[in-house]
Amino acid sequence: MSYVSLPRVQHIVASGFIAAVGMWVAWISYTQQPSEAFLFPRLISTVFVVLALWTFVKAILGWTKVGNGVSRRDFVWLLPGLIIALIYIFWGAKALGFYTAGTIAFFILLSFYDPSPHGVAKTWIKRVIITAGFLAVMYGLFAMLLKVYTPREIFF
Amino acid sequence: MEFLYYFGDVFTPISFGLLLLGTIGGLILGATPGLSPTMAVALLIPFTFHLAPVQGLILLGAAYTSTVAGGAVSAILLKIPGAPANIATTLDGHTMAKQGKGAQALQLSFLASAVGGVIGVLLLIFLTPVLAQWALAFGPSHLFWLAILGVTVIGSLDSASVVKGLLSGCIGLWLATIGFDDIMGAQRFIFHPALGGGINIIAALIGLFAIPQVLTMFAKGRSATNAEVIEVEKHSIMDAVRELLRRPKALTIGTITGSVIGLIPGVGGQIAGLVAYDQTKKFSSEREKFGKGHSEGVIAAESANNAMVGPSLVPLLTLSIPGSPTAAVLLGGLLIHGIFPGTDLFDNHPDVAWTFINSMLIGQILMCIFGLYVAGLAARVAQVPQSVMAAVVLGLAVFGSYSVQSSMGDVYVMATLGVMMYFLERFGFSAAPLVLGLILGPIAEANFIQGSMIAGATDGMASYFLTGTLNIVLIAIVVASIAYSVWMELRSRRYTSKEEIMG
Repeated sequence: MSYVSLPRVQHIVASGFIAAVGMWVAWISYTQQPSEAFLFPRLISTVFVVLALWTFVKAILGWTKVGNGVSRRDFVWLLPGLIIALIYIFWGAKALGFYTAGTIAFFILLSFYDPSPHGVAKTWIKRVIITAGFLAVMYGLFAMLLKVYTPREIFF
Repeated sequence: MEFLYYFGDVFTPISFGLLLLGTIGGLILGATPGLSPTMAVALLIPFTFHLAPVQGLILLGAAYTSTVAGGAVSAILLKIPGAPANIATTLDGHTMAKQGKGAQALQLSFLASAVGGVIGVLLLIFLTPVLAQWALAFGPSHLFWLAILGVTVIGSLDSASVVKGLLSGCIGLWLATIGFDDIMGAQRFIFHPALGGGINIIAALIGLFAIPQVLTMFAKGRSATNAEVIEVEKHSIMDAVRELLRRPKALTIGTITGSVIGLIPGVGGQIAGLVAYDQTKKFSSEREKFGKGHSEGVIAAESANNAMVGPSLVPLLTLSIPGSPTAAVLLGGLLIHGIFPGTDLFDNHPDVAWTFINSMLIGQILMCIFGLYVAGLAARVAQVPQSVMAAVVLGLAVFGSYSVQSSMGDVYVMATLGVMMYFLERFGFSAAPLVLGLILGPIAEANFIQGSMIAGATDGMASYFLTGTLNIVLIAIVVASIAYSVWMELRSRRYTSKEEIMG
């Protein structure tokens, strides 16, 4: 296995971001009061910064040996699913109601990533049945068995 | 023999029902490629929150045991290991299945798993109380170093890059400090209202283990499950038992290797299976048959990966150091019920500790019985399309993380950590040390603060934390584990470079 093809720019960006987080954590730990409350964070943030900078420098020099990054193909396939999942979690679940948003997100994700042909009616019927099954199981499990009261909002 | 006193508690209707549920569910989940044992146990934790501690642990323990064993089904019938622990099983198991000996391979894998698993749990039963008593001698400085040891051992041994493994551990330790400080009540790193109460362990566990797998399935695109299930023909179980008894060397090597590797924190079932397979091959008189459908290969790999389950819980239940990522999730399951491993567990909650351990013993036998019958069904489940699997796991992750505290903040934390972990994994970081940092962070900090108070009243920090036999031993182990991992990493790269030059 060759490491030469590792995406260097991706590694620089990722390790640079982690180093920035590490320095921010160290800055807060060393400047915030009361200092006693930040004793432990100071200890770990120091190690954090050293390791993060070491990783960042290695990435800049092209010495990174582990991690293949995200390929263009993977990213293109990942992005729609990630966006749908994030809309569902950060907006839909609260605005539409847990079960409604969950069912819609499930159906969209299932349909989008399903390799079955989209032009066949049978495929869509199967997807609707699987989604209905998912809704029934989730409702039975969380609402009826565990008695979890989820946000209902404008729908269900 | 205290464990015998609590043996009957496993057979109460609820406990036994949960044991059955965890065993059968675990076998099916384990057989499903893409659902790792760690993720399966993490997704189950929200359900245990609504149960009594012992019942919750029984469910988690049963799922842990049977997901590892269930992974053999897809390894044998589909040539897709259900979990990394089953990689070695694929080598001979699938070849046996192609030769029309699929049923025999499955029977041997479950029988060997049960033998290895029972011996592993017996080790857990007899070693744990001894180590727990020994843990009584630990003061704050030792407990601090133990927590650091837990993070560094998993960070260095469980990661492809030592630096990135340790950095993952640091990120976990930092995440554990978010929220209000316990002693001064000061706010630390609360940059969003959802973080006011700190990071909820269950939400974090679900996010860190489930969401990256969901995103990985998304990234694969519209890939159909093309794997063909090999039909299982009828085969007498007694013949399989006789075949197992004819191969005592493979069974012994597998069980011993798995048990020893399980005791070493950070070294998982994948290593146990592969090392056992390799050693059995070395000592076998029929080594030319390995890789061509030899039953010894299946027996060695499966006895090893289940034998490591029990011993991997020894450092967890006595010293709070999980032996594997799944054991780290189990630690989270203990802590949410306010139960701390070590002497607290065995002195104050002996019913919980022993009923849980006993249930793992019974679970091994149930796993063997049901494994033989559920295998066919589990192989079908393994063919569930990834599109369905990804959407189901996402739904379970959202509902599960919300259900713990009825908090949307937990769902946001779960999603943020999950997406972050997916990208971190793509760059060589690992979830296990991060989780360890998150779980052991509060233990490390509490003992660090307590130790620094004692140090302030005595000879100072350096003297308190860096001197004394036990401190020095623990520091030496931390340094040795890091040094060993660095050496191994450099050695493997040197070989890789040589191969590149040669090739």
